[in-house]
Amino acid sequence: MKTEALHAAYQTEEQPLHHQFEEVSQQNESYVVGMWVFLVTEIMFFGGMFLAYVLYRWRYPEAWYEAHTRLDIPLGTTNTVVLLTSSLTMALAVHFAQLRNKRMQLAMLGATIGLACVFLVIKAFEWSAKFHHGLVPGPGFLWDGSVPMPQAQLFYSLYFGMTGLHALHVIIGILVIGVLALLTFLDHPLVKNDFIPTELVGLYWHFVDIVWIFLFPLFYLIPK
Amino acid sequence: MSTAAPVLHGESPKAPPSYLQAGHTIKSWLLTGDHKRIAVLYLIAVSVFFFFGSLAASMIRVELVSPRGVMLESDTYNKVFTAHGIIMIFFFLIPAIPAVLGNFLLPIMIGARDLAFPRLNLLSWYLYMAGGLCGVLAIAFGGVDTGWTFYTPYSSMYSNTNVTLTIIGAFIAGFSSIATGINFIVTVHKMRAPGMTWFRLPLMVWSSYATSLIIVLGTPVVAITLLLVVMERVFHIGVFSPELGGDPVLFQHLFWFYSHPAVYIMILPAMGVINEVITCFTRKRIFGYHFIAFSSLAIAGLGFLVWGHHMFVSSQSMYQGMVFSLLSYLVAVPSAIKVFNWTATIYKGSVRFQTPFLYVLGFMGLFVVGGLTGLFLAAMSTDVHLTDTYFVVAHFHYVMVGGTIMGFLAGLHFWWPKFFGRMYPDSWGKLSALLIFAGFNLTFLPQFVLGYLGMPRRYHYYYFAPEFQFWHIASTAGASILAVGFLIPAVYLLWSLKYGEPAGPNPWGAKGLEWTIPSPPPTTNFLETPVVREEPYAYDAEAEEREDQSKEPIRA
Amino acid sequence: MNFPLMPDQASNFARPYDALFFVLTALTILFTVLVGALVLYFAVRYRKGNRVDRSGAVESHLGLEITWTAIPLLLGLVMFWWAAKLYVDTRQPPADAMEIFVIGKQWMWHAQHSNGVRENNELHVPVGVPVRLTMISQDVIHSFFVPQFRIKQDVLPGRYTQQWFVATKPGKFNLFCAEYCGTQHSEMGGYIYALPPQEFQKWLASGGDKKRPNQPTMADLGKALYDRLACANCHGSQDSERGPSLYGLYGSKRRMTDGSVVEATASYIREAIKNPYAKINEGYQNTMPEYRELTEEDLLNLIAYIRTLGTAKAPGPVLGNAGPAQIEGGIR
Ligand code: HEA
Ligand code: HEA
Ligand code: HEC
Ligand code: CUA
Ligand SMILES: [Cu+2]
Repeated sequence: MKTEALHAAYQTEEQPLHHQFEEVSQQNESYVVGMWVFLVTEIMFFGGMFLAYVLYRWRYPEAWYEAHTRLDIPLGTTNTVVLLTSSLTMALAVHFAQLRNKRMQLAMLGATIGLACVFLVIKAFEWSAKFHHGLVPGPGFLWDGSVPMPQAQLFYSLYFGMTGLHALHVIIGILVIGVLALLTFLDHPLVKNDFIPTELVGLYWHFVDIVWIFLFPLFYLIPK
Repeated sequence: MSTAAPVLHGESPKAPPSYLQAGHTIKSWLLTGDHKRIAVLYLIAVSVFFFFGSLAASMIRVELVSPRGVMLESDTYNKVFTAHGIIMIFFFLIPAIPAVLGNFLLPIMIGARDLAFPRLNLLSWYLYMAGGLCGVLAIAFGGVDTGWTFYTPYSSMYSNTNVTLTIIGAFIAGFSSIATGINFIVTVHKMRAPGMTWFRLPLMVWSSYATSLIIVLGTPVVAITLLLVVMERVFHIGVFSPELGGDPVLFQHLFWFYSHPAVYIMILPAMGVINEVITCFTRKRIFGYHFIAFSSLAIAGLGFLVWGHHMFVSSQSMYQGMVFSLLSYLVAVPSAIKVFNWTATIYKGSVRFQTPFLYVLGFMGLFVVGGLTGLFLAAMSTDVHLTDTYFVVAHFHYVMVGGTIMGFLAGLHFWWPKFFGRMYPDSWGKLSALLIFAGFNLTFLPQFVLGYLGMPRRYHYYYFAPEFQFWHIASTAGASILAVGFLIPAVYLLWSLKYGEPAGPNPWGAKGLEWTIPSPPPTTNFLETPVVREEPYAYDAEAEEREDQSKEPIRA
Repeated sequence: MNFPLMPDQASNFARPYDALFFVLTALTILFTVLVGALVLYFAVRYRKGNRVDRSGAVESHLGLEITWTAIPLLLGLVMFWWAAKLYVDTRQPPADAMEIFVIGKQWMWHAQHSNGVRENNELHVPVGVPVRLTMISQDVIHSFFVPQFRIKQDVLPGRYTQQWFVATKPGKFNLFCAEYCGTQHSEMGGYIYALPPQEFQKWLASGGDKKRPNQPTMADLGKALYDRLACANCHGSQDSERGPSLYGLYGSKRRMTDGSVVEATASYIREAIKNPYAKINEGYQNTMPEYRELTEEDLLNLIAYIRTLGTAKAPGPVLGNAGPAQIEGGIR
């Protein structure tokens, strides 16, 4: 495994070892394995909603098509690009962390946060437009389409539910990356000379990105 | 299991303090990272929840003595059985064995100083407590009446009780499970002592590992499902309500996708305990180690494919039903493999009828009945008549109380001396084991008959079928015996904490790394990392008998 | 006090059901006794201190493992097959079954016979005649359970479910709601009265217990509603621009705009009225108004009426000037 080779190369006694571990490499691998298992739980977490989506789309293709026409494809596309770019900057942050290039690592983390914020801002625009048009599910739901379409509400329930959950993950990501950047900046012992935290956060961030890669076509690009 | 240098520090004066003595302040407990202390915290918490769950059970049983109820309103009755189900499942049974026995033993059994992530472990306890608090508050503020299954649209649109708070409680407790699951998986993968290969793992570790896999794959699904119910309830952002074009049965699919595997979250750890106890008290190597190990994984895997057997009358299609029924029969096979292997383990052993072993015997008998009656329910046409009747109630109490709680009690009595360094009076232990076994059967055998007669579950009244009463009275009588049976251990175990005879590192003459260290163990478990050179369960019944017969037995 | 051991066998399903149930019981007892006896025998015989031969114990034995994997597997497959076959029977009503409509709501059962007779928390059925129940709920999920008939079927909001049976002996049997549905779940029940056929006919003709001459049938009620809501403006005897004809609709195959083909079952027609935009017929727009305020009872009546317009197999009476011959039952 690539990580292991890197441990050998970079990690030495400098890294603090927790009492339950025998050696640093064991500790680091534990963290990475733990992160992967956590991501599996995340996949299952979103999985329940994806299942609901599949079922209803299959059952109400018309409504799905009609309802999706109200989504803003250019904005969605922009957001996809923004998020993909942030994944790239995150990957670079990990890369520079491994090279112990603190300055570049911080820059890349900052860029990731910036892009994530851009994503959220665009998202906020989209959402407020939906609010304006009464497309928020609930008693006040208002479908002014050319044709009445009660299941449009179902579509928007899932739209808000899934993109909302995703946005929550983005926000958590911003916080975590922020803390990581701060600690790195301060040379805190938790992260000093240790690229594993950055790698873990990176894994998480790629996951957030991948979820969006699924959400975007499923909601914005429904073929007739 | 032999280690390179046996680490027996118990008697030496320079021995490090035990985990119980490493700090006496409340803070030292509440901020501990020590898996053993966290296990004790869990033990206290689950016992409290078991007490409240049992209190609710007692109310149910009293109420059903008469066809028109005894003291409760229908609404209250509904809240009581819901509280009983939710407390027992989410706050007692799911954490019971993994978080108490598993937490304490898993690292020691594989020769580690702690779990991989001690702080995550502590967090998981706090999450559990927070979830439990929500549950308790929900009950205190008027209760919930949905049943533990939260079926929509009743839960999301109709019930006007504290559904939201309860669901939040279950949701948070779910994340506590997930944290434990992640921790166990990483620990088993990365923390094994030198020489502790996968096939030298004690089978308890295998089953904890399989349990963790289920937790990690299943719990998030129920978490999101419950969250959707809350969204529908609070914000009317619904996906289950038929008024929105949603499908209420989708909820059932998502719910059982977790909750069927969850029943294996409950039974697998108990099965793990049985392996450890049965080998020790028969002084035998386990029969068919590999088959037992892989059957745990088979249960974990197949367990995810049978959820639809809870829905044979829910309007799912006939063909769906057939697949689920067939797979349910397949998932029964690994359980059968385990049962037969345990039976074979006893053969030619050197059997000691001490308290833990009595519970193993209880487990074997009751789990088999519970499992086999599961097959009535897995058969599509028999389930049509039996579903949502007391037959189901009897089935799951047989597997959960007769299976899991027997396993839990077996484990608790087996490792109690390891936990606290003191023995309990074995004769009281045996007495209560017998009472529990008898009381249990008297409580729940009549319920099979009731179910077959057609007594629906979650029924407060049955005055339109007064002929059910005889069986209800029998069941309540049994529950009274059961109550005594459960109270006795509570008393003598607490008593033993102070007055029990000191146990020494290995009171049972058991094998396994946990018995090579002092009781109670020091904070880091091992002073030197053990090196494992042997398979687990290195017992030899024949040799021990020869030795015993040549000298006076040490312990009666 | 009496202690009954089994419920009455009062429907065609009861006997075959009990046969399977008893075989499963026998298997359970067999395996419990087998495992229990072996465990106890071994434990006692090999108890500590008992001088018996303990030599030659093995740690594993492939033959044994295969045996005790294969036997439960085979037995299980047999049980599965037997049960599945029975289940399929219980889900396939004969074509000539008498139809009764059931609506569940918190907390009562409401039944309606096709001649319009209604009853609450009671259901009268003839002995010896296949009866098919079409059921729906107005609120939460309920479950229609008659222990003496060995039948149970959940009753859902928003979707029809079906159950059928033949009562085989006259008598009064329990009707329970078996799916938890709120406060009075345990009181949501009543009785099934199975009457000999002649008596049943008499009962039905007299409009149940309430004497109401010229009771309108369900189809009559549906027709009245159909007229009142002016459905005929768009749905005549022939397909028109405004809407497809409903003649010969029931049971036919309909093609939707997305190309899928759907069978016009009761559930389909219900949705077409209550939620017309869920699926749109090929060649049409979604111009039909939603009739969301209709109650489940209204919907059942409308469907009953639409069915008198002929089914795919047997085109109905000609009301307009166009004969049903032009309305093909097949895919359109
Ligand atoms: C610890 C928990 C636990 C365990 C282990 C099981 C184990 C099994 N359960 Fe159970 N079950 C529950 C807890 C559990 N269950 C609960 C809580 C419910 C109700 C939920 C609710 O609605 O509230 C439920 C409900 C339930 C239903 C739905 C009933 C209904 O609502 O209609 C079904 C249906 O198939 C079922 C089947 C099974 C099967 C096939 C097994 C199998 O795994 C059993 C396998 C074991 C054996 C078979 C015994 C050992 C084998 C032998 C001795 C060899 C002989 C074997 C053969 C001949 C095959 N269970
Ligand atoms: C771990 C899980 C677990 C455990 C241990 C139990 C334990 C018991 N359960 Fe429970 N039960 C469930 C899980 C469990 N149950 C679930 C999930 C449901 C379904 C809920 C639903 O439908 O949503 C259920 C439902 C259920 C019902 C059906 C209710 C209904 O459908 O209307 C009944 C009825 O008899 C019952 C009885 C009992 C009894 C007698 C015990 C006994 O084993 C309890 C024994 C203990 C005692 C009898 C008390 C011991 C004494 C004390 C701790 C002191 C108490 C103090 C005083 C009495 C003063 N249970
Ligand atoms: C304004 C015109 C209009 C009115 C009024 C109207 N419908 Fe319709 N109906 C349509 C159209 C157009 C369709 C086909 C498109 C579709 O499937 O929704 C249709 C389809 C249907 C279908 C599905 C038929 C098929 O061929 O699959 C049923 C059933 C139906 N209507 C019943 C009714 C009933 C009952 C009423 C009165 C309560 C009614 N309709 C009133 C226009 C109308
Ligand atoms: Cu209706 Cu229970
Ligand atoms: Cu199940």
